[in-house]
Amino acid sequence: MTDDFYRNVGGIREPDPTLGKSVQPEPAPEPVLPEPEPPPRVRRQRVVLAEPSRSAGSLRARVELEQQTSWGELLIKDLIKVQLRSGVALALLVLAVLGALPAVFFFWPSFTDLRFVGIPLPWLLLGVAPFPLLFGVGLWYNRLAERHERDFVDMIEN
Amino acid sequence: MQVNPWALTSVGLVIVVTYYLGRRTSRFARSTHDFLVARRTVRSRRNAAAISGEYISAASFLGVAGLVLKEGADALWFPIGFTAGYLALMLFVAAPLRRSGAYTLPDFLEARLGSASLRTFSTWFVVFIGILYMLPQLQGAGLALKTIMPAPAWVGSVLVTVVVAINVMGGGMRAITLVQAFQYWLKLFALAVPTFVLCVVFFGSGGSGSAGSLGQQPPPRFTDDTTVSIETDVVLHVDRPTLVRVDDEETVWLPGTDYPVGTGTELFFAEDARVPVVADGALTNESWLRPTKDSTDLLSTYSLMFALFLGTMGLPHVLVRFYTNPDGKAARRTTVQVLLLLGLFYLFPVMIGALSRMYVPELLVTGNTDAAVLQVPSAMVPGVFGQILVAITAAGAFAAFLATASGLLVSVSGVIATDLLGGKVRDFRVATIVVAAIPAGLAVLLPIDDLSLTVGMSFALAASTFCPLLVLGIWWRKLTWLGAMAGMSVGGGLVLTAVVLGAISARTGGWAPWFIEQPALITVPAAFLFTIVVSLGTARRVPDDVNAVMLRLHAPDPLGFMRDRAVARFGKAEERVRTGKGRHRK
Repeated sequence: MTDDFYRNVGGIREPDPTLGKSVQPEPAPEPVLPEPEPPPRVRRQRVVLAEPSRSAGSLRARVELEQQTSWGELLIKDLIKVQLRSGVALALLVLAVLGALPAVFFFWPSFTDLRFVGIPLPWLLLGVAPFPLLFGVGLWYNRLAERHERDFVDMIEN
Repeated sequence: MQVNPWALTSVGLVIVVTYYLGRRTSRFARSTHDFLVARRTVRSRRNAAAISGEYISAASFLGVAGLVLKEGADALWFPIGFTAGYLALMLFVAAPLRRSGAYTLPDFLEARLGSASLRTFSTWFVVFIGILYMLPQLQGAGLALKTIMPAPAWVGSVLVTVVVAINVMGGGMRAITLVQAFQYWLKLFALAVPTFVLCVVFFGSGGSGSAGSLGQQPPPRFTDDTTVSIETDVVLHVDRPTLVRVDDEETVWLPGTDYPVGTGTELFFAEDARVPVVADGALTNESWLRPTKDSTDLLSTYSLMFALFLGTMGLPHVLVRFYTNPDGKAARRTTVQVLLLLGLFYLFPVMIGALSRMYVPELLVTGNTDAAVLQVPSAMVPGVFGQILVAITAAGAFAAFLATASGLLVSVSGVIATDLLGGKVRDFRVATIVVAAIPAGLAVLLPIDDLSLTVGMSFALAASTFCPLLVLGIWWRKLTWLGAMAGMSVGGGLVLTAVVLGAISARTGGWAPWFIEQPALITVPAAFLFTIVVSLGTARRVPDDVNAVMLRLHAPDPLGFMRDRAVARFGKAEERVRTGKGRHRK
């Protein structure tokens, strides 16, 4: 029954946060009313510890973003624009490469007779080559997008 | 077809393991939040394996090899498109969709455009696409079971439906995540191992199969006197005069003529006869090796690329897995890993397809090319070892049916439970039974078509209905719900018209041009156009909170603008203390 009293981390009960400290204002009301009160006290302590990392300036920026002031709106619009631009650019790159293949096969039929290690070149170009290309572009976009987001967060926090 | 005990055992094993994993992971699933989105706690690596596992359906596992066997180089676009679809999804949809906090596709549309009628309308499209996609999975199960034991086709369909429905009812999304991740690795193994063995056999035999090497110009030929019994009506072509005995009556087939052959006919070919090919397949090895031979090929290839590239993002069972990521960044990372996993997988069906052209040419006569993966191992490696290889591929095939069907079942019954019923766990279970019963019934009643082609139509439908809504909804502020409705009706209506016309044309002589069979190149731009024009015309209906929604979709995760709509509606999944039933873990 006292399981709810202390925080559980990965199934392992954490020790009493006040353990070993010389603060002990109230003796022990636990056996009387274990259920409703104690957990919030433990949690409140954590929130207070986490707070100082966020400066007052970042809080104001967040509020401005949320309240849709013209400045906040402009900021988020810029972020959307830069994300969309990198997405479209990479999509066009892939479309240009893959879309060129059928055209090459059609307008230049002798190309399809070329062989590489005995395997017809079109089969290598269609059966193997696109997959590393797609994965590479995916990685690239992931890096770009995460960088844009990090820049945005940095800007808000300063 | 005689019984293959190894294959029966392996299929049974897959079903038991699937059931066990589902049961084990669904033990803690209690709330709607668990059933819809697995509490949004699935890490990116497991989620990527689960997405790939769910995505590699019968169409990928059996269908790609079958199409390669029949059509050759042109079929290589299917794996490319299946994979590239995830790139499009990642570039334009993944992270913002997750940040929207929605739990189904209709829910996202309502969150963005604030219209309840649009929500209901799109619900029906999700249900339709889901059932259309589930149908080939169940039919594939029937087909696969038929090649390993003498059973009517409906047994396989019903078996898969029942296993999947039990799992999904037990724990919804929570139950199927681990199952699907496991099934990805199983499928990779089940195709990679036979491919390696068969390649060794192939090169050991001097680089040409029993039916002739692929470098030769003419069609493949039969190595022995062969009797082929036709199980569905086909139209056959020959490349050179071929002596055939049709039901004990000798005739000579000539090039350039259609030879329709009815169900139940027995064809006898002498040794060394050239193999006739079903009407839409590549007749000679030379045309099989060469991609894009005429302008129709060129256009339909582009159309196919379009459908697959943009259709993936509109498939309900794919999207629903993205809602289970913890945040937008994880959604993006998941997709990168999916690109890797899928690219790895698709190398193998292509090789199997090419090998089967050299070793099981009789499939070209029956038109049953989807069975290539299941038949080529025993054709190349005689004896028990060949049967064990068949058992491995059969296990992979059943993993494919189970994984995809369970993903579709979760997504469609999630939509029905939250939009048409009350959204409680009990409603979810009721919806699961209904949604499982409909495609199972259809799979038993309808004739079997090429697996990849039916799936191709679902991609075209998804690309012409949901893709414009998602892309415009995420990146364009001026979208209105009327525009969305117009685009969805036009795109969906055009694709359905094409389906109907295609079915009519197939029964009346195949007069339909390429854009009836691959409509996406026309329907997708039409859907985009109508969405944009109608939205601009109804600019007054742009929702008031569009800026707040856009902020939520695009603001980076650390700023904490994400709101979980599932929690807002159904309440938080209460953290049950695990001592609840006296069961301690760790």
